[in-house]
Order: sequence, then C-alpha cells, then structure tokens
Amino acid sequence: MAIEIQPESAQAPGGGEPRAPRSARPWWLRPAWHTALIGAVIGYLFGHLLGNFLGAGYQQVTHSNDNDMAIVLGYLFLILGWLIGLGVFNDLGRQMLGRPISHSGDEADDTSLARYFRYTLDHKVVGIQYLVGMITYFLTGGLFAMAIRTELLSPTYHVLSASQYLMVVGEHSTMMMMMMSSVVLGPFGQYFAPIMIGSKRMAFPRIEALGFWLTPAAYVILLSGVLFGGFPTGWTGYEPLSDQATSGMDAYAVAFSLMGISMILAGFNIIVTYINYRAPGMRWSRLPMFVWSMFTVSFLQVLAVPVLVAGLYLMVMDRTWQTANYVNSLGGSSYLYENLFWFFGHPEVYILALPGFGVVSEILPVFCRKPLFAYKVGAAGMFGVALLSWFVWQHHLFDSGINPDMRPLYMLTTELISIPTGFIYLVALGTFWKAKVIFSVPMLFALGMYFNFLIGGITGVFLSDVPADVTEHGSFFVMGHFHYTIMGGLIFAFFGGIYYWVPKMLGIELNERLGKIHFWTMFIFFNSTFLPMFALGLAGMPRRVFEYATNLQPLNDWASVSAFLLGGSMLIFLYNFIWSTLFWRVKAAANPWEARGLEWQVSSPPPPENFKFIPVVLSGSYDYGVKDAPPVMADLNPPVGVVAAAYAGAGLEA
Amino acid sequence: MAEESASPSGPPAERRDGLRLAIVWVVASVIGCVLVYFVWGPHLPPGAMSSSASGQQQDLAVLGTIATPVVLGVLIYFGYAVTFWRAKEGDDTDGPPIHGNTRVQLSWIVVTSTIVLALAVYGTYELIAPAGAGGGEGPQPIWKPNTSNILQVQVIAQQWAFTYRYPQYGGMETTQLVLPVNEAVQFNVTSLDVIHDFWAYQLGVKADANPGVNNVAYTTPQHTGSFTVRCDELCGLWHGAMYDYGQVMSVSGFQAWAQQTETQLAKITAALPAYALTYDPTVVPTLGKVLVQLGLTGAGGGFYNPNDPEQP
Repeated sequence: MAIEIQPESAQAPGGGEPRAPRSARPWWLRPAWHTALIGAVIGYLFGHLLGNFLGAGYQQVTHSNDNDMAIVLGYLFLILGWLIGLGVFNDLGRQMLGRPISHSGDEADDTSLARYFRYTLDHKVVGIQYLVGMITYFLTGGLFAMAIRTELLSPTYHVLSASQYLMVVGEHSTMMMMMMSSVVLGPFGQYFAPIMIGSKRMAFPRIEALGFWLTPAAYVILLSGVLFGGFPTGWTGYEPLSDQATSGMDAYAVAFSLMGISMILAGFNIIVTYINYRAPGMRWSRLPMFVWSMFTVSFLQVLAVPVLVAGLYLMVMDRTWQTANYVNSLGGSSYLYENLFWFFGHPEVYILALPGFGVVSEILPVFCRKPLFAYKVGAAGMFGVALLSWFVWQHHLFDSGINPDMRPLYMLTTELISIPTGFIYLVALGTFWKAKVIFSVPMLFALGMYFNFLIGGITGVFLSDVPADVTEHGSFFVMGHFHYTIMGGLIFAFFGGIYYWVPKMLGIELNERLGKIHFWTMFIFFNSTFLPMFALGLAGMPRRVFEYATNLQPLNDWASVSAFLLGGSMLIFLYNFIWSTLFWRVKAAANPWEARGLEWQVSSPPPPENFKFIPVVLSGSYDYGVKDAPPVMADLNPPVGVVAAAYAGAGLEA
Repeated sequence: MAEESASPSGPPAERRDGLRLAIVWVVASVIGCVLVYFVWGPHLPPGAMSSSASGQQQDLAVLGTIATPVVLGVLIYFGYAVTFWRAKEGDDTDGPPIHGNTRVQLSWIVVTSTIVLALAVYGTYELIAPAGAGGGEGPQPIWKPNTSNILQVQVIAQQWAFTYRYPQYGGMETTQLVLPVNEAVQFNVTSLDVIHDFWAYQLGVKADANPGVNNVAYTTPQHTGSFTVRCDELCGLWHGAMYDYGQVMSVSGFQAWAQQTETQLAKITAALPAYALTYDPTVVPTLGKVLVQLGLTGAGGGFYNPNDPEQP
C-alpha cells in the first residue's frame, strides 16, 4: 500500500504552522486515485481471505455458494485500503507520531489539474469532483434505465432473462437513489455553501473531502454486484427476500450504507458551517433560499440516514453470521425492516425534494428581476416539509397489515405535507407576479421543475389517500409519481443549477443554444415517458415486472421510445458540457446574470480563498428593483458607518 | 386560486391582470371539473366489480375533481406569466420590488389547509365506510362488513404462485380463485416464504402477504366475470410472472363449483396441513411428504424445490 509515500494535505485549520515546501515527487508517486485503487484491491483480497477464515462455519448461507462473510469483509477492507491509498490517514499518523502536519499541498496556490484526482481539501475542488462524480452516477443509472425500457418493449418476448432484469432494476434504482441524495448537496452544496455565506472554507475540510471520496468506492462496490448476478430486491431491499438472495445483496448493503455515511458526513459539515462560518452581516434573515434548503436537508440527512445504516447492518448480520433479526419464524420480524427502511426512506424522499426547491428559488428572482416573494414563508415551508417528513413513513405500508387503525393518521400527516410544499409554489407564483421574465436556460429548467413537480405533488395526494392507494400502491402509478418528483423535480433543478452555476465554477460559459435544445428535448421526452406510467399503473401494471397484460403494450412502447429519446437528450447535454468546457472555452463574466447573490460578487472562477477580505454583508440577495438597495457586500474598507449598520440588529448572530 | 382572487390592488392596469386570470381560471375549472367527475369518473379504474373497487373509483373521481382547479390554476398562472410578463427586448430594468403581501399569503395558507383537511376527512370516511376499502388490515381487522354471512378465503402466496383455501369447504386448496357474487368475502392473506402482495385488481383488493402473519382484507363482488390477480411486491426471480385469473360466479354456480371441487380434491386435502391462519412451510404432514415425493401434488408448500430455480 502507498502509505509510505510523501503525503498530501492542506494547511492546518488555523494555518499557524510553518509551511514545508511542496513535495517534489512526481504525480504518480503521490497518493491519488491510482494508489487508492491499488489499496482497494489489496484491501479486498485481504478482507476476503480473512472472511473465508472467520466464516468457514457459515459456508451455507441460504442458496449461495459464496461465503457472505468473505464478501462483506472484502468490501469493508476495500474501503479501508481505498482510503489509506488516498492518503486520508497520513496526517493523522503524522500527528500521532508528533511530526508536523504536511503542508505539501498548499491548496490555495495549487492550481494543477492533478489536485482533482487527489484527496484535496479545497471545497471548490470537492464541489467539482462531486459534479463529475454525480454526472457519472446519473449516466450509469440512466443506462440501466434504458435496459429496463428495452425489456418492457414487449409483454412476452424477453431480451433479458428474469434474473438479469431484476439485476438491472436493482442497479438502476439503487444507483439513482444513492446519487440523488447527493446530486445537489454534493456539487453545489459543497461548492457554494461557504461562498454564499461569505466564508473562505467549510468547517471540516477533511470530513468534506472524505465524504466525496467515499462515493467512488460506493459506486464501484454497487456495480460489483453485477459480478455476483445482482440483487433481486430493488432499492428497498425488503426482507426476507434479501436474506434469501445471493452475494449481490452484500454489494447493495455495503454500498448503500457507505453512501449513507457520506451523506451523514456532508450534512454534519454543512450544519456546522452555516451556524459558525457566516460572514458579518449574514443574518439568518438574509440567508439565500438555497442555503436554507441545504440547511434543512442536512438535518434530515444527519438524523435519518443512521437509521438506514443500522437497518442494513442488521441485514448484513442476518446474512453473514446468521442472526434472525428479520426472520419471522425465528423470532425476528420482516416488519422491522420495513419500518426501519421507510423511517429513513421517507425523510430521504424530502432529502431529494428540498435541494430542488432551493435551486429553483435561487434562480427565480434573478430571471424575474424581482425580489423573492414571501421569503419567510418559503423558508418556513422548507422547515415544515423537513419536520413533517418524520411522521409519514407508514404510508408506504398502508396495505402491509401494520397498524391498520393508524392509517387515518398517516393519511392526514401525508396530506399535511402538501401545505408547506404549497408555500414553495406560493413563492414562485408571487415572484412571477408582473415580473420581467428572462428565458435563460436556467430559468427554463426552473419552470420545467415547477411544472413537473406540480404533477408529481398532486399525484402524491392521490397516493396519500388510503382507498385510492389500494389501487395505486406498488403499481406504475407510483413509478410515475416519484419519477415526476425526483427526476422532474430534482434533476431538472440540478440541470438548472448546472447552467446557472457552472459558469461561476469553471469560469466558462455553456453553449446557450445547445442548452435550450437540451431543455426542450428533455422536457418533452421526460413528460412523454412518465405521463403514460400513471395510466399504466391505474390499468393494473405492477412495478418491477417483466411480463404485463398485452393490451398495455402500446403505452409501454410509447414510454420506451420516449425514454430512449430522453436518453438521447442527455447526450446533447454531455456534448455541450464537454465541448464547452474542453474545446470552446468561452470565458464567463464574473456576473453574467447580473445576480445579487454573494457568489456572483467574486471573479469566475472564484479566487483561491473565495474572498480577499472577509466580506461584510449589507443586504439580502434578492433586492432586485429596490431603489437605493445597498450593495450585497462590502470589503473591509466600506464607507464609515456602513459596517456598524450591518452589525446593528444582527446581535449575537453576526 | 387564492393568488388570483386576492391579487394586490393597485393601478387599474394591474387589477386587469388579476381579473383576466380569475375569469379564465373559473371558466376552465368549471369545465374541467364537470368533465373529470361526470365524463371521466365512471370510467376510472379499477371499475365497479366489487364494493371496494367502486369505492376506490368514487374516491379517485373526487380527488381528480378537487385536483383539477389546483392544477389548472397553477398552469394558467404560469402560462399567463410567461406570455405577458416577459422582459421586452433591450429592457434591462428590474421588476416591481414586491417582497410579499400578507393578505395573499394568509389566504393561500387558509385555502390550501382547508382543501387538505377536507381531503383527509373524506379519505377517512371512504376508508372506514366500505370496511377498510379493500386494503390489508392485519390480523385483527377493526373495520368489518356489516353481515355475518362472510365467505372465508385464504390466500397463500409463495414463490411464485398463489393458492387459495376454503375453510368452509373442508379446507380444500385450489389454484384458481372463485367467488360468489353479492356475498361478502374475507381474504386471509399469508405467505410461506418472502413478502408478496395479493392484488385482485378489478376487485380493488390489495394486501401484503407476509410470512407468518395473517393479513385480512374484505370486499363484496357486485358483478360476475373474471378478474386478474397479480403479485404486487417484488418477491424474487419470477415475480413478473406471478399472476393468475379469478372468477366471480352466480351464487348457485359457485355452490356447484365448490361442492364438486371439494369432492374432487378430498384426497389431496387430507394430505395438506390442517387449515390455520399461518403456516410453517418446514412442517409438512407425513402423508403430504409422501405425495409430494411421488409427484402427485405440489400443494401445501412444495410448488418449487427451494433450490430450483436458484435465486439470483
């Protein structure tokens, strides 16, 4: 393993230590993704050996010929080896030995391309790493979706075998769910969380970088499930089917919990940063909506995801050393898993929705050239959604036979969530009132998001209603519903965010014409893919089946062809993204949208430490059209009295 | 919605926007609601084959009627906004600095809350009145049909087929679900291995089949004809092929079928485990074991050898 190699790290928090010269070693001898890969391979082999030794008595785990203990330990040591190879523990080791922490990386001055492939502590590097990583996740998951739609072209003829189909369904759904929970919080959250509140850095740069570097490992582990024939449970992993499944299930459990740990780390970091690292004058009442969404989402992640990790840990115990946590006949309960999973799973759904609300609320005022309408109601809406999301999880289990007498309660709480969600629409409608709308690409995506989420949200009310849910539960209606909220909501917001913020992140404009073509193809084919699914579900087609009634073939074919075209629109995006950033390279202005957000007041891309001086925030970022509105920020030499005014009233928060 | 009717008062030009929006919205909503409830409503799934199915159909129609003005309101507003409130060429001034409007915000909150609470009350009524709306109610159902003449049918799910036992007909186990018309039915749904879900689509019945748990659902078929039964919870390899077709017959036809089948299956029934609400598939009576080994029957938990075909 590569631990002896000269390590790489950023300046110590506080930065008081003397700086050693940057390592003179060539890039291939410094810890980066390639040494991490070597570490991962060594780690897996070691863990597998250890597991075969420890688990020799447990060879016959259900119907598998593999020893699940060996697979799980292999994965765990793979993660450890991956992190050691990356050099995550180098500084820790140095501190334990009493040596000074290495400053070889001196992130602020390092502008080399190689830092994007290393354990780099700069939040702007981590943001771009996340961006590329999440797009990779998304496109891989999308390819699996293409396979699903290919199989569903015919009700009887099978392109994939039954087991291949389940493998593809499981990989698609789990990969997408893992990706969606970080798709905005990762790239934009990490990149803009400090800049939007006027900070130079995140509170815990090491935790932040660790959060990202767990995601490639989770990606590889989840995909490695294919080598074992995949897992048959979809993303929900219901017991006892997952006890019965072969070793692909271990890949699911380890990869999903690993992504969960990454989410916990990222959320924890963001909470601490927002509370402690706001610039003077950045009062709670001046926080941008995107910051509010990241803040509420982080609380959900820190509190909900541990339940998932615990649930999956119990599953791994059942599968390896043969406990019976979820086995009904041996005193366990399969209901326990359903409860644990959805107790995480429903806040998770809002972990996927809230970042989208934040992004579109950020885009809207800029291109309406108006202040955000009812700012406080919008922020309250996010809090309301986050809070209520804890009280609704049993609506996934209306027909399961758990607590039937509690169904009216869960129906009520679920329907109540549409009130704070409605606040987000109130904000949008009010902001549009007599606005001067500019149809830029980010604005188009924001509008698309409001359209799609409206359909997703209204069908959610249909699902919350128990009698209607008896027909809709577990059918393609549910598929349509959550693709409308997650893909139509979050992914549209994500692409809006890409077109809005990438000029700031990379200092390069994305082609607008291609962007518009991307939007219109994506919007049209998205709707024509997923709108028929509501009809399919109501006509009696269950989820995750490869055979369906022959009279449903025309609709299924329509959805499949639309899905292929939807996949094609992603290629337009990819072409635009790659050509704009690598070949055309049109330099972006510092503030191309004439936005008032703090992130737009610095150069594109932002300077190494974001701000030359710690900024003093003088007003909220949405005061478009307000006469004599003070500038958003001042440096440390503003006119006399301005700083004092910014502090006044901020009280202890400033 | 609240936005249009309570638009901020101002110069006449502004007032006209609100009025135009309100008129378009009201007209479109009235037409939309009439179309959804009266034209589309009677054709909504899952049809009216049973009491629970028609309850769900009614419920979907009501939800659709309430959703129509909401969806139309937002869409008309957005359509109006992008049509009339776009920035003109070369105009790079900002819009009016409206930060909020207490009256609009308050009426929005009141209107949405009222709709939501009304929906919850209506949903609860539709759930309780027709005996649990056809959903699985667990082992001790609290909402039952108002009659003592209830046909008991046990649904046994296993990978990857349903079988049905009729305790009132000697505990016979059939591979086809046959029901009499206009008689209340109690489904006792259970599983021998993993979680399945018993979904009789046209009957509007859906209940999870959990191993070791009895999950009860009620319905009353109202029309004769055939219906589809599908597994609605991912249960492994052949989940996609786990379906069959059931039949609702006239009462006399059902009686004839039941008595004939009971006699036909008497020998096999003797080899089955005694009728119970849940089963342990590892416990098979001796006679049953012999019959299964001879290949004479697969009933009683032996449809598939657990190792064949192997799980993915």
